[in-house]
Amino acid sequence: MTTIAVAETPLTLGLLRLADTALVHSHRLSEWCGHAPMLEEDLALANIALDLLGQARALYTHAAAVEGAGRTEDDLAYRRDAPQFRNVLMAELPRGDFAFTILRGFLLAAHALPFWQATAGSRDATLAAIAAKAEKEAAYHVRHCGEWVIRLGDGTGESRRRMLEALDTLWPFTGELFEVDDADRAVIADGILPDPAVVRAPWDATIDRVFAEAGLDRPAEGWMQSGGRWGRHTEHLGHLLAVMQHLPRAYPDATW
Amino acid sequence: MVSLSDRDRTLAAARAACARVVDPEIPTLSIADLGVLRDVRLGADGVIEVDITPTYSGCPAMRAIALDIEAAIEAAGLGRPRVSLVLTPAWTTDWITPAGREALRRAGIAPPTPGAGRRALFGADELVPCPRCGATDTEKLSEFGSTACKALWRCRACREPFDYFKCH
Repeated sequence: MTTIAVAETPLTLGLLRLADTALVHSHRLSEWCGHAPMLEEDLALANIALDLLGQARALYTHAAAVEGAGRTEDDLAYRRDAPQFRNVLMAELPRGDFAFTILRGFLLAAHALPFWQATAGSRDATLAAIAAKAEKEAAYHVRHCGEWVIRLGDGTGESRRRMLEALDTLWPFTGELFEVDDADRAVIADGILPDPAVVRAPWDATIDRVFAEAGLDRPAEGWMQSGGRWGRHTEHLGHLLAVMQHLPRAYPDATW
Repeated sequence: MVSLSDRDRTLAAARAACARVVDPEIPTLSIADLGVLRDVRLGADGVIEVDITPTYSGCPAMRAIALDIEAAIEAAGLGRPRVSLVLTPAWTTDWITPAGREALRRAGIAPPTPGAGRRALFGADELVPCPRCGATDTEKLSEFGSTACKALWRCRACREPFDYFKCH
């Protein structure tokens, strides 16, 4: 099946960055299905994955409509290769252990909540509608993951060791959430997507509050990983896409 | 040329057909009472147009609901309708009708507590009465339950677990 390249304007690129991050994170969470430490957590991680999948679908559908090339959400999800994906790197890192999964979920949701709240006032009516739903879902994700960060960080020696290890690995990937390039500046100026500076204060407040309760020291703002939003990915994304895209690529005419 | 009264009759029949469609996860609850059915219109070309809105972004029931609407309209002899998914305005649990809340309770699902969706990020849980015995001595087991729209709770009085329709 041929690979497609989306005509990237600041708006389609902005939408792909959001959609790809939601889809790739959703896929990583879905890898827990049937493997979580307890039934309630299996349900919770699958539910969060489902919320993110729904957000990704709406964003892809909107991106396809904006592009106007007659493509569908499935084309965008299944017919692009890793270099065309625009997700932040944090989303594609391998599943890791439960502490890693929970901390990644918390860091991404603590950003998503104020981001969607601000996007609910977007001048793009469709994006505002997607944001209005995503915001409510993100609130559940922050609460759920935040409570687990506290429980694991302030738990046993083993749970704390794993949480500290996850924090060491994940913190350098948080910088990408606040990056701004020329494409971002264009959609920010048009009132379509919020300025990351607006998201920074509520993100700081959520992180500080939960880390304080969890007994975790917030790492210094040092060197940050970057590249996912321009298509420069870790080796892990290709493997994820191979699993995710295998069926529609092998059987392009298959329908449900 | 279809007269106005014919159009009115067709529209009334279409609305009645849609009103009989139920939520596939909660068959005692109609999509009208759930607030998912947003509009039923007669298009200029005589085709019935139906708008539905998802409860949650990833609600997998939307496809089943759309198919059920198509089947119901066709069974009423009104042809194949156009079913559209609309996102604006975003669905809220406030749209569940009193009849819908009662249907939820009868199905053993605690209806959403009005206004509870806007509570603080990390604070006390809302007060959710048990749908079986009515006791308020209940506790949350998990924010997430058997479907995207439900959380898992337990009643300390009657000891029964129950679903809580999450407030949005």
